[in-house]
Amino acid sequence: MSDITRESVEHLASLARISLSEDEVETITTELKQIVDAIAKVSEVATDDVPATSHPVPLTNVMRDDEPGETLTHEEAFAGAPAHDGERFRVSAILGEEQ
Amino acid sequence: MNQLISLSAAELAERLRAGDVSSEEATRAHIDRIAAVDERYGAYLHVNASATEQARAIDERRAAGEQLHDLAGVPVAIKDVLTTKGMPSTSGSKMLEGWVPPYDATVVARLKAAGMVALGKTNMDEFAMGSSTEYSAFGPTRNPWDVDRVPGGSGGGSAAAVAALEAPIALGSDTGGSIRQPAAVTGTVGVKPTYGGVSRYGAIALASSLDQIGPVSRTVLDSALLHDVIGGHDPRDATSLEREWPSFAAAAKRGGASGDLSGVRFGIVKELDSEGIASDVQARFREAVAAIEAAGGEVIKVTAPSFTYAVAAYYLILPSEASSNLARFDSVRYGLRVEEPGQTVERVMAATRGAGFGPEVKRRIILGTYALSAGYYDAYYGSAQKVRTLIQRDLERAFSEADVLISPAAPTTAFKFGEKVDDPLAMYASDLTTIAANLAGTPGMSIPMGLGDGGLPTGLQLMAPMFEDERLYRYGATIEALLNQNWGGALALQNAALAEDRQPAQEGTDR
Repeated sequence: MSDITRESVEHLASLARISLSEDEVETITTELKQIVDAIAKVSEVATDDVPATSHPVPLTNVMRDDEPGETLTHEEAFAGAPAHDGERFRVSAILGEEQ
Repeated sequence: MNQLISLSAAELAERLRAGDVSSEEATRAHIDRIAAVDERYGAYLHVNASATEQARAIDERRAAGEQLHDLAGVPVAIKDVLTTKGMPSTSGSKMLEGWVPPYDATVVARLKAAGMVALGKTNMDEFAMGSSTEYSAFGPTRNPWDVDRVPGGSGGGSAAAVAALEAPIALGSDTGGSIRQPAAVTGTVGVKPTYGGVSRYGAIALASSLDQIGPVSRTVLDSALLHDVIGGHDPRDATSLEREWPSFAAAAKRGGASGDLSGVRFGIVKELDSEGIASDVQARFREAVAAIEAAGGEVIKVTAPSFTYAVAAYYLILPSEASSNLARFDSVRYGLRVEEPGQTVERVMAATRGAGFGPEVKRRIILGTYALSAGYYDAYYGSAQKVRTLIQRDLERAFSEADVLISPAAPTTAFKFGEKVDDPLAMYASDLTTIAANLAGTPGMSIPMGLGDGGLPTGLQLMAPMFEDERLYRYGATIEALLNQNWGGALALQNAALAEDRQPAQEGTDR
């Protein structure tokens, strides 16, 4: 059985930077328990002698030549931005008052 | 019914080349069709307002004697997971509502270079997470065979567009079956290419080690033609394979004409043969197997024991990769921002993600965050990666005995709205048959297998070894031609429900 509690869901949501309502925490806690119980069976066959596969076709060091290419203009890069000053993306305070 | 909209892409391309019809006429016929019926089906999120104008430009180039690509002037629908310069790209999420990307996905650029005309962007489950299109933030797509049922997902929009004659062909993306499962339940064709065979540049990432872009159509040949346009190496995708691919259209033509499967070994995967497969789907599968044998194909049983763990491994790997990929929606550079006056950027980020993501996306990001947590990583993500190795080994063994593996492409016909939307595990089981190919990276195809109970479509899945997409087109086209004799042409064109489609879905609400 999984060890998922309301508190762990709240912690995971804060790590993932997602605000959840009380109801959402409730629902996700119940669902996550069921899902984790169902998927935990992968460990039954994942023995030490089996290597992990991260990627279907292993490729290493895929590089391009170090030549300047086309990039987005400032205008294009800012076109979808919620706020900007023409040079930089504008965001609210990085540090809170207690910091 | 307008003749132009029921033509296959291959037929339409031939008429365009012969000058029997213009791209403007063909494009307008589809745009008119969308205007007339999409209220009912909800296949499109956005219709390209300059489609006919772009079509006219192709006609002018053709008239000027320019040598054009075989598919030039053929209209095509694009899943909203792909970025399109000048057209909104939302991936089915409020997070990207109204976002117009500053660049085209490579596959979109290749369509344009071939002179194909984009009809618009198709609906999908939010960020491609789902098997029914019910998780789209902009409302569901309805199945053209029965509007009370789902069209599958995540690519329900592309499949429904093609099934409802709102496009001859479309692009989809397949992370665990999002092309093949909708194809199965809408009576259409869909292909997931070998991983790395088609560029992912400009595909809004779900799970990067599983995602592949592929074609959606009503015939095997049409998927092959589209695959030929979009496939091949792209230096902008570091996982793109540097290899020469054969012409898939040539393979499909050869296969469609031959009618003979002598000497070809078809393996029935024992683990995908009974458990969890509905009886009507099984019945059609037995008939397809009989047709293969009657054409000289040798049918054997193969076993892939680790397939039993595929769904579990998938629901660890996908959420883990998605939780990382979707971190980019940070309310800073593009997309939604929910202002929290006087609060820090982190609070704004959390409020934005709380408001912008739907329930399934939140569920999977939190699951992925959990699976990647210190202390759980080895037991969950690490173990799931080992299952991937075991699945690859099972497939290697199976392909030493068989040239192609066959199974039902989806365990059931289309289910009703609401049936699984509140039961994540039941929804996840809809991908039972398709997931293994994504975990292994191998190519897979779904073709129509006839109608099950209630006159709803079923799909036959073909799987081939890595890099052997050609086999899918060759044998898929042969089987398609054999089975089409049972219902007299492409299955999607036999859909009697299309006759009623001038009425909107809800009775009496002429919106």
